[in-house]
Amino acid sequence: MIYFFLISGVFLGWSLGANHTANIFGTAVASRMVRFRTAAVICSLFVILGAVFGGSGTTATLKSLGAVNAMAGAFMVTLAAALSVYWMTKLKLPVSTSQAIIGAILGWNLFSGSGTDFGSLTRIVLSWGAAIVMTATFSALVYMLLRALLKRSRIHPLILDSYTRIGLIMVGAFGAYSLGANNIANVMGVFVPVTPFKDINLAGVFTFTGVQQLFLLGGIAIAVGIFTYSQKVIQTVGNDLLKLSPLAAFVVVLAESLVLFIFSSRALEGWLLAHGLPAIPLVPVSSSQAIIGGIVGIGIVRRGREIRYKVLGDIALGWLVTPILAGLITFFGLFVLQNVFSLEVYRPVVPPAVAQPGGRPQPPVAATLDAANKGRMDEKTLKGSPLPGKPATDKSADTPAAPSANEKRKEKTQSPCPHA
Amino acid sequence: MSIFHLKRSKILQGQIDEFLNIVSRGSLVFRNGMREYLDGEIGSFEGTIAEISRLENQADELRRSIENQLYVHSLIPEIRGDVLGLLENMDVVINAEKKTLTQFSVEMPAVPSEYGKDYLALADACVNSAEAIVTAVRAFFHDFNMVKNYLHKVYFFEKEADKISDRLKRRIFASDLDLSRKIHLRYFALHIETISDHAEDVADRLGISTIKRSF
Repeated sequence: MIYFFLISGVFLGWSLGANHTANIFGTAVASRMVRFRTAAVICSLFVILGAVFGGSGTTATLKSLGAVNAMAGAFMVTLAAALSVYWMTKLKLPVSTSQAIIGAILGWNLFSGSGTDFGSLTRIVLSWGAAIVMTATFSALVYMLLRALLKRSRIHPLILDSYTRIGLIMVGAFGAYSLGANNIANVMGVFVPVTPFKDINLAGVFTFTGVQQLFLLGGIAIAVGIFTYSQKVIQTVGNDLLKLSPLAAFVVVLAESLVLFIFSSRALEGWLLAHGLPAIPLVPVSSSQAIIGGIVGIGIVRRGREIRYKVLGDIALGWLVTPILAGLITFFGLFVLQNVFSLEVYRPVVPPAVAQPGGRPQPPVAATLDAANKGRMDEKTLKGSPLPGKPATDKSADTPAAPSANEKRKEKTQSPCPHA
Repeated sequence: MSIFHLKRSKILQGQIDEFLNIVSRGSLVFRNGMREYLDGEIGSFEGTIAEISRLENQADELRRSIENQLYVHSLIPEIRGDVLGLLENMDVVINAEKKTLTQFSVEMPAVPSEYGKDYLALADACVNSAEAIVTAVRAFFHDFNMVKNYLHKVYFFEKEADKISDRLKRRIFASDLDLSRKIHLRYFALHIETISDHAEDVADRLGISTIKRSF
């Protein structure tokens, strides 16, 4: 049964693979610069690599917003996001899996009475806007640089064509890696606290964690989406939304990939912090919206010839509609699962990161997130309110200090959930 | 895959250069042919016709091969149509040169000596416009920013050809020749003039393609 619940994540992964490949290889495949088979193989491989080895950063941010701690709840959250994406796509409205999953998590928070970390929420929403602005800026800069370079290079169009193909494949691979790293949190992030997979130690050299196995499953689902359905999407939107020359597509995909990478790289975050610079939040952002930012960037350099203001308006509309839709579906879906199928859709949890007046704050979010990345979120966040059959004495090194007896008394007086 | 692609592109680049060389050589051969005919060197003239026919065949074969490869391997998708249009119109220029010499060979018009200089000047202006368009098309592939510098030469020589042709026709029709001879001589002036008109057509296309190619 526990594995059955993962189906919604697989469905969302398939949907992401089917829809988002066009953002990376759309122009390249639609213009036949790169064969679909080549694009699909590269995209699948690098999406999986990105998901498995770079997906933890954005997942942690989602957890800070709301740690879905029951399998059935995680199932409903992901299913609601997938259904919202599907519905919005049917209505031909711009949609983002990132925005859908955020809305779904907020719906779960509302249903379970869990506190929402508004700091995280603000950071996430601001990041969506920042992602578009950053992609537009990168795109404009790379475009100007490339244009100046081409003016001086006297390169033959046939040779340029060959280099462009190589470039499209390389930025496509980078884009796929960044997409996997940034968006796997949308697909499998909510299952992290309840992952059924155990860590596997490979000959004492490498530990394949339960979370990585979960992300591998999500990555494979995305790859299946790429192979089975993305070609149709590419043929439909590859020449519609992105009426770009292959060289402009190279610029836009490079800018998009950079932004996705920046918003998902823990190494970059660590480097920035080590040099005393402000860290960029690791947030799942929308590749579809980032790519529109990239097109706008080129449009600005070319004096606004390619800016489609209606598309920008549609994005703003999508920001409102998608999370609300996903939140509503989650809320009512959880209600049905709980009351009709008698499934446990959440477990009572102490609201995280809420400072008690006159007392110590709750365990810091960052420490909780690190724990979540190791696949033991449910045990550690439940410190002081153990699950049935689970001891509350897990005192590993990265576990936050246990609350004092006074705090425990305060916690007991709180009503954990309005729908119990 | 991409390394093979690069090799293929380099071979194709060589073929396009070769095609342009042939068109350029065709113009020089055409000029020689005109001079030979007007000087009465009919033996050499027939040899020149054979040479321009061979060049025209080579140009046709190369053009077909280039077109075929551009489509089969989906090369330069965003400017493929423009490149094919340019090559086809360049082929029309060498075809016109061959056709004009062949008409001279078939009809053997008797050109009075006082008009010989004008016919040669007309042929020179047409050849100059054809040469300029070959250079402009070459620049389109190798030195994109120089295209405009050559295009204005095409237009200049085309205008020159028009002026010479107009003057020649007026002189012919103002003469005491039979009307049938006048019409016959005018017909050949028109034939030669067509070459610069075709060069101008290519220049017009090239101007648009240059704007489209600007990144």
